[in-house]
Amino acid sequence: MSKPNEHHPKKFHGLWALTNRELKKWLNEPVILLMAVLQPIIWMGLFGKAMNLGNMFSSSNFNLNMPDITFYYPPASGNITIPGSVLSPIFQNMFSNIGPTVMQKIFGVTDYFSYMSVGMISFIVLFTTMFSGMSIVWDRRLGFLNKVLSTPVSRAAIIFSKVLNASLRAMFQATIILILAVVFGLQVSSTFTPLNILLLYAAIFLLCLGLSSVFLALALRSTKWETQMAIVNLINLPLMFASNTFFPISQMPDWIQAIARVNPISYLTDAIRQLTVYQLDISSLMFDFAFLGIFAVVFSIIGILLSWKYLTK
Amino acid sequence: MSESVENVIETEELTKVFNKNLTAVDHVSFSVKQGEIFGFLGPNGAGKTTTINMLITILKPTEGRASVLGFDIVKQNNEVRNVIGVVPQEYTADEDLTGLENILLCAYLYGIPRDVAKERAMELLKLVELTDFKDKKVQTYSGGMRRRLELACGLINRPKVLFLDEPTLGLDVQTRTATWNYIRKLKKEFGMTLFMTTHYLEEADALCDRIAIIDHGKIVVIGTPEELKHSLGGDIITLNIKENADVSGLISSVEHVKEVKNEDGSYRIKAEYGEITAPFIIEALRKKGYTVTKLSMTEPTLNEVYLEYTGKSMRDTEESHEAFRAHRMTMRRARA
Repeated sequence: MSKPNEHHPKKFHGLWALTNRELKKWLNEPVILLMAVLQPIIWMGLFGKAMNLGNMFSSSNFNLNMPDITFYYPPASGNITIPGSVLSPIFQNMFSNIGPTVMQKIFGVTDYFSYMSVGMISFIVLFTTMFSGMSIVWDRRLGFLNKVLSTPVSRAAIIFSKVLNASLRAMFQATIILILAVVFGLQVSSTFTPLNILLLYAAIFLLCLGLSSVFLALALRSTKWETQMAIVNLINLPLMFASNTFFPISQMPDWIQAIARVNPISYLTDAIRQLTVYQLDISSLMFDFAFLGIFAVVFSIIGILLSWKYLTK
Repeated sequence: MSESVENVIETEELTKVFNKNLTAVDHVSFSVKQGEIFGFLGPNGAGKTTTINMLITILKPTEGRASVLGFDIVKQNNEVRNVIGVVPQEYTADEDLTGLENILLCAYLYGIPRDVAKERAMELLKLVELTDFKDKKVQTYSGGMRRRLELACGLINRPKVLFLDEPTLGLDVQTRTATWNYIRKLKKEFGMTLFMTTHYLEEADALCDRIAIIDHGKIVVIGTPEELKHSLGGDIITLNIKENADVSGLISSVEHVKEVKNEDGSYRIKAEYGEITAPFIIEALRKKGYTVTKLSMTEPTLNEVYLEYTGKSMRDTEESHEAFRAHRMTMRRARA
């Protein structure tokens, strides 16, 4: 006992120990894990399948009762009447494919389920990152944070363990959603390759990095976790709806479009769609990544600076 | 490494002001010697925890300076962190992890390699008698077990100084005595220096070599428990005489008697070295023909010392909302 601590913590050693703790806590809780799987199933099942936009616009959903058409036809030197009963099936047939055509033009895919189920990944990423920052409020209240601060572990490791944990959770859930979506009938495009999955993880990680850093800083500064809950609840749904997660931006009023175009969720969703259900357009994908990258860098710097200031007060 | 420093902890005018107006610790200076148990005694909200938090480098002082084992707590905070152990007021162990997992987590935070960590963890679990429960989740632990686990975590880096913040808060008498024994053992067997805060007088009396009484962020007095009790002016002798006369003047003339009060024929005498002075008082009274019928003597307790210096007994003070909640949570879990 006489020898003092002769070991000095390496940066990653502490980071891994703290992240490992979070993951262990998470995996020890089967209910939370189950919820993580159930939540996307429910959303995809209810929202994705119920809102069958493609079929809504099929001609079987409206009856074309064409009137008789009478026009003057000189060669016959008289009027010719085409009965409505003859015209109706022709028009009905013409419009029978309108749903998928409209979908393809506006949504980029022929069925709403493929569009929406991929958007669910962004949805889950947003929720997971926002709430996982809150665990630091508990760490602080239970005194765990102070104990960790009194050890020589690097302050950056404390912050990054939370960010890393949020990202790993989000990626895990994204994987589950993707598998489930395929089971439920997601149609991947012809440009999809297994390599795309790696890019998909990269895109998710970038958004997680930015979002969870900011929410971590917010959580550290709000003394009550209720405040944090209120903030998260206030902004997460609007942030979802002012993006391309559920509906295409092009059909939104200008002011929502303005929000959606700076909303990082839109870029993650687009990147994921490019990588899975869309015909891959390299230039849009690169733009998505550029936006997500800048977002991640700027917001994680802001978040980490704010947290740092708090942790070294 | 400054091995030879005699004073393990030194502070000079250490001050912490919160939000520019709340002075939690007010120009506090003291030093803790190698191998002693030094206690900070004071009511809730007196600034004990704030002082400890500055010494363990999680709060920066507003003014003044302090060093632990010769390392400055601000400029060399990482060196300080490496050589100290901390047992916080709260139960900080993760409830969802087992006892062993918690100790290993602490070990990794100090950068202790896996094999060394495992070996030390087993050693410490044995020391705090938790070996049988090492694979049980902490949520099943009792208050005493949790406190011992905290102690084990605080010792994982083999610290030279151990900081204990309210080590027996909320524990029952039996568990408290057991915890005291662990603390004494650390001092005796490992020659560790211990800095502790408490608001239990009997704890400070039983454990500490020296005590600093702190109130409203200021140190009111520092000394050994004996010195402090002595500083009150000695023991209290109570005596009755058979005769119906006022002998206050006579008693006062005896050497070492400091104060005499006649309370309805019963004399309350404050005297230094009571056990020596009492016979002299009896002798003086007998010479004048008085007969002492009853005599009793009490040594002052720390309670009286405390009353004398802070002007009040343990009081409820205003605390921050958060501190109150943390406090309550600790109490609740201690009883679980």
